[in-house]
Amino acid sequence: MTIVKTSINRRSFLKVSALAGGGMMLSFSWLAGCKPTPEEVVTLPKKWFELNSYIKIGDNGVVTLMSPNPEFGSNVKTSMPMILAEELDVDWKNVIVEQADFFPERFERQFTGGSQGIRQGWRPLRTAGATARTLLVHAAAQTWQVPANEITTEAGVLYHKTSGKKAGYGEMASVAAALTVPGDIKLKDINEFKIIGTSKKNVDGPKIVTGKPLFTMDYKTDGMLIAMIQHPPAFGLKVKSVDDTEARAMPGIRDIFIAKILHDDYVRNGFDTTTFPEMAVVVGETTWQVMNAKKALKIEWEKINDSTYTMRGWGGEQTVKVPAGLESTREHLSKMAALSKKPAAVLRRDGDPEGAFNQAARVIERTYTAPFLAHNAMEPVCCYAHVTADQAEIYGPVQAPEFTMQTLAARLGLPKEKIHIKLARMGGGFGQRAYGHHLVEAAVISQHMNAPVKLMYTREDDMAYGIYRPTYTATYRAALDKDNKLIAFHVKGGGIPEHPVHANRFPAGAIDNYLAEGSAIDSNITIGAFRAPRSNFIAGAEQSFLDELAEEMGKDPIDFRLELLERARTKPVGQNNDYDAARYAGVLKLVKEKSNWGESKPDVHRGVSAYFCHNSYVAEVLELVIENNKPVVKNVIAAVDCGIVVNPDAAINMAEGAIVDGIGNAFFGELTFKDGAPEKTNFDKYRMIRQKDAPKAIEVHFVQNDEAPTGLGEPLFPPIFAAVANALYKARGKRFYQQPYLKEDIALG
Amino acid sequence: MAVFNLNVNGKKQTVDVDPKTPVLWVLREHLNLVGTKYGCGIAQCGACTIHLDGNAVRSCALPVSAIGNKTITTIEGLAEKEDHPVQQAWIEHDVPQCGYCQAGQIMTAAALLKNNPNPSNEQIENAMNGNLCRCGTYLRIKAAIKTAAANS
Ligand code: FES
Ligand code: FES
Repeated sequence: MTIVKTSINRRSFLKVSALAGGGMMLSFSWLAGCKPTPEEVVTLPKKWFELNSYIKIGDNGVVTLMSPNPEFGSNVKTSMPMILAEELDVDWKNVIVEQADFFPERFERQFTGGSQGIRQGWRPLRTAGATARTLLVHAAAQTWQVPANEITTEAGVLYHKTSGKKAGYGEMASVAAALTVPGDIKLKDINEFKIIGTSKKNVDGPKIVTGKPLFTMDYKTDGMLIAMIQHPPAFGLKVKSVDDTEARAMPGIRDIFIAKILHDDYVRNGFDTTTFPEMAVVVGETTWQVMNAKKALKIEWEKINDSTYTMRGWGGEQTVKVPAGLESTREHLSKMAALSKKPAAVLRRDGDPEGAFNQAARVIERTYTAPFLAHNAMEPVCCYAHVTADQAEIYGPVQAPEFTMQTLAARLGLPKEKIHIKLARMGGGFGQRAYGHHLVEAAVISQHMNAPVKLMYTREDDMAYGIYRPTYTATYRAALDKDNKLIAFHVKGGGIPEHPVHANRFPAGAIDNYLAEGSAIDSNITIGAFRAPRSNFIAGAEQSFLDELAEEMGKDPIDFRLELLERARTKPVGQNNDYDAARYAGVLKLVKEKSNWGESKPDVHRGVSAYFCHNSYVAEVLELVIENNKPVVKNVIAAVDCGIVVNPDAAINMAEGAIVDGIGNAFFGELTFKDGAPEKTNFDKYRMIRQKDAPKAIEVHFVQNDEAPTGLGEPLFPPIFAAVANALYKARGKRFYQQPYLKEDIALG
Repeated sequence: MAVFNLNVNGKKQTVDVDPKTPVLWVLREHLNLVGTKYGCGIAQCGACTIHLDGNAVRSCALPVSAIGNKTITTIEGLAEKEDHPVQQAWIEHDVPQCGYCQAGQIMTAAALLKNNPNPSNEQIENAMNGNLCRCGTYLRIKAAIKTAAANS
């Protein structure tokens, strides 16, 4: 039994009694525009009672659970309320899930990213559910005049067994809502879980498959105008002048102006990446009119000068350099190659790596590179804003509203309390939507127009805006002694404009002499989080290198990794190794068993890879065949340790998606530049994985344990790059060092 | 501007728009049918897929002037009770992640099954290859199409 003190989470349990009963106005605004399903009609209660920020109970026992985090496809809108429902002890059939607005006084950490939603929401959500249940128990105790500890609950019903009394939650909700929140709350034992660990379908599924308005793109209010931006066609350029004579005269066009996104002296936070500080804006009545007017703009661009801005991020305050220049991929690659040869910052050193390399009988050295990647979420960047003199209403796709809130307040000159951010279901995020520039842009445009506007990027605007996965390089070196034993390991990572090295990750801790270094080159191309930042490159490089190293040492690639992990578990080197070697080994052993590793199938080429990031452990075996001289992925077997799996089928969906996405990026993902301009701005040139390229099967196996749950959105993505590379090696007989691996195929389209 | 009489989801609709306006924007902004999505505007992603006389087409690259008297079906009108076998199979397999591409996927799948009630894996892959899903739900899409084929 776990007892938690509610005081630590007090702010989540504020009772805003004014909202009790009235909250549903907001809750069902979405349904106004579409036909409610029969269940929604019959079960709506007459009166709602709010037990805490997350939970409202209707007089008929129907329960509304607020899903605090923005939803971008990882299914938190289903799995987070499942955790509430579990501790509240209700029947999932009687639950309505609502998306919470951004409301930091009422909800914990409304941030979607870093695969942290479930991990960090676990305790607060359980506590919120258990708190509400306890209030209901106390309400029944008071009403029935019996001791609270004699009352039990099951599926939304309170029982007092000895007297035979029972009542639905709805009957006790009004009494419960008036009680004070108890100090100590008992959480369920894991073996008492009834909802967690069972598969529940996406709560928005019916709306998605019937085309109901769910996304920002679909949002509309009376008098709303459409806005589009025209940003410079290349990084390193800015607007010099705009001739809008023709565009202005086109039908439906209301205004054309230059918008300045941030104040010059604004100290940015880590999510304030604003690639183009000034952009031309066209506002009109319909999208088609605005698109056409945008094409009719005659804009002169000029080169930017070197500049800097101040950023206050997690690493404290720093000055960020934005160099002038029109960069190209060719120059990026030669600069990164030069970087690998130069000394870099030492991130970790164990033992005497230099000495060991000097004594080595053999040194194996390999260099890996990967290009910039565009996020390409299927919903292009967009945002609705209605800013008036004294308040702002924002409806948009945003992963990190807390950070954008600060920026909006500063830019609009409004107090935070007057800015209302509603969290739209996002048509994908992948890290890109953590950067709230589009919210600020929409708000600035609305303020200028004094009207509600929906800002919409075209696909080209979206793909050419920046906030990319950086381009990276890593050089790995391993020293072997005369007995072919691994005596030293060295990784030197570089990138534009950041390096990819996580110095304390495996194989750090498993090798006596270890050195990790990193250095980076400034750029005016903006970057941002992209599904497992840095890991999404370094895992592929590291796990490809370990595969080659195992082969050089004459070892099986899984056994070789297990040997290293055994060393890290029993006699770890150094202090800050950031992984649990036993759990790491656990997924490798599981994948070995499930894939029948070691059994060879004719013409099937297999690659293995394993990685730990975002608190979860993953091992993957990929099987491919060559058909018509092209690789076809037949199967991927994944073993995952993410602790307790809250919603198994949804977790498998997420795992499959990360694998498919990773294979796509490993095969085809690439954004190149010439004279500062991205060479691909739409899906005709930017090759994405499609149905034909997808693996024919994926098997996902979870390690069964009672560890608190960790995330899944990212962890399966990074290792697949190396599983692909290692399988391709088996098929082609040559190693793959440069992503994307199927460059020839991309050219063929 | 010009007036067009359209047949959308079995209803007569009249719009007065620039003849070059893609059907996508007519549906979304003039007829308030926002289930059909914008993803690329150049017929490369399939998010905007509708049926024209029962065939799957990309509405983003289809000017309204080209419709003539062909009938348009959107995701909203795929089945009167919103229970098309493909929609049901999508729920059964819990296909969507973010969901943005799914209306387009469903429309392409429904047209495929209409012309070929029992498609092979390869036929499914060919038919669905024009519909991108960045979330990577391709395996579930394929499985759901097979279920829908079996149930219809
Ligand atoms: S929006 Fe029509 S195919 Fe992409
Ligand atoms: S479900 Fe997100 S793009 Fe397909």
